[in-house]
Amino acid sequence: MAVTADHIRNKLIKELEAVHVEVEDTSSNKCSTSFKALVVSSQFEGKQLLQRHRMVNACLAKELEVIHAFEQKTLTPEQWEKLKSQ
Amino acid sequence: MNGLIRTTARSLWSGSVSILSRPVDGRVRTASARLLCAAADIQKDLGEMVKKDKVVVFMKGTPGQPMCGFSNAVVQILRMHGVDDYAAYNVLEDQDLRQGVKVFSNWPTIPQVYFNGEFVGGCDILLQMHQNGDLVEELKKLGIRSALLDAEESK
Repeated sequence: MAVTADHIRNKLIKELEAVHVEVEDTSSNKCSTSFKALVVSSQFEGKQLLQRHRMVNACLAKELEVIHAFEQKTLTPEQWEKLKSQ
Repeated sequence: MNGLIRTTARSLWSGSVSILSRPVDGRVRTASARLLCAAADIQKDLGEMVKKDKVVVFMKGTPGQPMCGFSNAVVQILRMHGVDDYAAYNVLEDQDLRQGVKVFSNWPTIPQVYFNGEFVGGCDILLQMHQNGDLVEELKKLGIRSALLDAEESK
């Protein structure tokens, strides 16, 4: 299984019903496989940061076994709209 | 006999599998059984490590010399809040610790931050807590007054 930004993006959209996902392969900045992801999903409503991050981690459990570093930003659709308007 | 026990204990700590199938008390301990023992020991130790100090960080490198950007970010954030007295464990020194802490926290990456024995998160979460003011509150709950509060007051 090749872990690519697209693969991660599709998985997040499918399993977390994400309305907006941005995945960046940051491996060139670091010395090993790393990704940065922005995930917007209403499934994050009412959940604390740690809970949200754990949801993403669970979704990408297999991928994270081979990914060295992973940054994530998790927002609800409302938070995303607010951020965009700033 | 004591020498053998001492050497076995030392190699459990260092994570090496130097003594393979040497008979101990007539029983042959296989390599996998020894590795399982070491892994279980780490989980038990971690349980104690995260409770021993109010703030515990598992990182790459040391606070004086972080070896990774994310670990460095955690150190810098804590420093900004005046938190200098915390336990920092360098996972680069110990592969068992590096793997064990990921299992213990059920968290795939390093750095990992614990407050009062409770897992807080990694660099992303700490950064967001710092930006939205939650970190000051959490430190207050630990009985730590954030340096940023003093900076605010002196303005």
